Amino acid sequence: MRPEGRRNEDGIRIDPEAEAKHEPRRAVLSALVEHQPGVLAEVSGLFSRRQFNIESLTVGTIVNERRARMTIVIEETRPGIQQAKKQLRKLVPVVSVRELAQDSVQRELVIVKVNGEEPDKVHAITEMYGGETLDAGPRTITVEITGNEQQVDDAIDAYEQFGIREIVRTGYASLSRGEQQTAAVEHDTNVTADTEVPADDD
Amino acid sequence: MSDSAQTPHTDEVETEATDRQPDEPESESHVEPVETGADAVVAALKNADVDHLFGVQGGAIMPVYDALYSESDMTHVTMAHEQGAVHAADAYGIVTGDPGVCMATSGPGATNLVTGIADASMDSDPLIALTGQVPTDLVGNDAFQETDTIGVTQPITKYNRFASHADEVGDDVATAFALADEGRQGPTLVDLPKDVTQPETDVEPGRPETPDTYNPPEKADEDAVDEAADVISAAEKPVILAGGGVIKANASDELRAFAKEHEIPVLATMPGTGAFDQTHELSMGIAGMHGTGYANMAITLTDCMLAVGTRFDDRLTGDVETFAPDADIVHVDIDPAEVSKNVEADYPLLGDAKAVVDQLGNAMTDSPEADLWREQCQTWKDEYPLDYEMPEDRPLKPQYIVEQFDETMPDDTIVTAGVGQHQMWAWQYWTWTEPRTWVTSHGLGTMGYGFPAAIGAKLAAPDKEVIAFEGDGSFLMTSQELSVAVRENLDITIVILNNEAVGMVRQWQDGFYEGRRMASEYPWVPEFDKLAEAYGARGFRLEDYDEVDDVIEAALTYDGPAVVDAIIDPEENVYPMVPSGGDNSLFALSEADLDEI
Repeated sequence: MRPEGRRNEDGIRIDPEAEAKHEPRRAVLSALVEHQPGVLAEVSGLFSRRQFNIESLTVGTIVNERRARMTIVIEETRPGIQQAKKQLRKLVPVVSVRELAQDSVQRELVIVKVNGEEPDKVHAITEMYGGETLDAGPRTITVEITGNEQQVDDAIDAYEQFGIREIVRTGYASLSRGEQQTAAVEHDTNVTADTEVPADDD
Repeated sequence: MSDSAQTPHTDEVETEATDRQPDEPESESHVEPVETGADAVVAALKNADVDHLFGVQGGAIMPVYDALYSESDMTHVTMAHEQGAVHAADAYGIVTGDPGVCMATSGPGATNLVTGIADASMDSDPLIALTGQVPTDLVGNDAFQETDTIGVTQPITKYNRFASHADEVGDDVATAFALADEGRQGPTLVDLPKDVTQPETDVEPGRPETPDTYNPPEKADEDAVDEAADVISAAEKPVILAGGGVIKANASDELRAFAKEHEIPVLATMPGTGAFDQTHELSMGIAGMHGTGYANMAITLTDCMLAVGTRFDDRLTGDVETFAPDADIVHVDIDPAEVSKNVEADYPLLGDAKAVVDQLGNAMTDSPEADLWREQCQTWKDEYPLDYEMPEDRPLKPQYIVEQFDETMPDDTIVTAGVGQHQMWAWQYWTWTEPRTWVTSHGLGTMGYGFPAAIGAKLAAPDKEVIAFEGDGSFLMTSQELSVAVRENLDITIVILNNEAVGMVRQWQDGFYEGRRMASEYPWVPEFDKLAEAYGARGFRLEDYDEVDDVIEAALTYDGPAVVDAIIDPEENVYPMVPSGGDNSLFALSEADLDEI
């Protein structure tokens, strides 16, 4: 006697004929946390020990000074994203967690230091991306660009031609659109079990 | 666990106070006001109705011990090593259902607790650790006996907290206690700098309370319950998989009633062992790597699994791609993060196991029609019984020794075990009928756990018999706690299944490393009966079959710690065995089978 069914490596039952593998995708998680010492270490430790692939993590205070907001960008399969959300929510100082929809408001700030031989061209690109020149000298020009992922990546590509000397990125800050709360506090855990959809898709 | 039986700690204290005769002098500790941070720590523990503390003294924790000096409501048990303290407290928590408490000083005291805290974390055992810390003005300066205990224990605690003010330290302990107890249980830790416990404060701690952002689910969503009940009713090959959460939630009665009413066969995971009565015909025994063959057949071929309070550990599932592939899985758990972590839940039911099994019972409209399946299960039980070869003469078979003790001792005996072959034989050959009687290290696999756990278990349940099965390698790791068992005159029996090896490693070397027995044979172990006598315990050496009955009787009759050094067949192996990451239905009953899988 043998079973007829099959599961994949994520423990999900699949059609025995056609194997569906989950592709990793980028997800933006927003978490409201207690503003107390050690929370950042706790969150980053969680992501590293459970091998969640983290792209960026930002943390900052919010209107309520007892709380802080973390924006975490991860690259994971769907089961990985669900698991990351639930593990994150489980930490005692984490008050709520939400995955943001792809069209949520997202911004990253990047500072780029390029070679200064062609100041006019550098300036033109900075203008084009709505950036600002922070420092300019005979050898280097340092500019600031703020934008979404695509804009920042495109700007960096454009600066490549001058030779990038140094670069620093802040990681993403993100809020959901419209009146929806970015990481609404859920009191009923049943709702957030496994079916939770990104904030803006409700 | 959100078990109402555990919450009214506060009532008990009050009742005690009102019951006191008017002329009876009030025990001083009841009226003693909080004067220092350390007093607040002790008061918080008393508010939580703590009876026993397990620990080892040391520099940075001295103020807390000093506050215990005049304390008459709590007993501190000094252990030989902090690892002994944490395992004893862990077992105390398993047996009573309330958090066990262990204490240690900073630095090495705290790091010696680490193994036991990690153990409690893996098994969701209720435990609170209180560690001393160097004064806050020295923290970060690499002071004497300074370790970043919060950093070290972050990944292995449910919650930990660096106490930063004498006025708040009592509440810090109260919160940690409540968090260890409520929702999915687990270990918590409060780090206590000396300049937080020593200074004056008169702030009395509050009752144990979790933060208001901590909201574990209690009852499952009713629609989800109805849907799951329909699936179970319609199943043709249903099983119930009872995990450790059934026992933690005190849901054994509800689970037994549900299984019996709907005649659904029950399998237990290792931590779930005792949730169901193994002598009942619906019991399909224990599942997983060294589970019974019949359990592993049923778990593979079921079409509907009601899994309660289990995290689908790899030692249970083997290869997840072959785990119950035909089954609709109804997963009851209090921790949303366990749902679909390893095996996808088709019907997740979030809540306390006791409440949710009850909800399911009410929602069931029909019992599944599963006569054929139950017959099939019985056939597997007849076909693949647990079995071993009994020789005419020595060496002794370990399975026989376990069986003989099982026959002699009462049903509610608490059995502890270390980790390795002896643990598997104890698990397989003991007859489990009661919850909270199987106390061992499941997830972490901590050798040396069994004996100190027996100390904690005996103090938690002084009226019950307690037996510790240990291996020679496992016992060597914590045997110094014999000094404690003798000092406290604890009536426990320690049975060492002595094969002069770390036998499980030796078994794997024979099975998977072509018999290269690197560092696994221990022909140098001491004579454990004499070691026991040196500590002041009774020691017995057991080598022959005709001595077994007499030695068991003598060891169990002796009123104090008795050590039985049972010299067993050094070549005996644990079977059945599903090789690591294997298909559960392809289990080996012998080494020859292993080659074929």
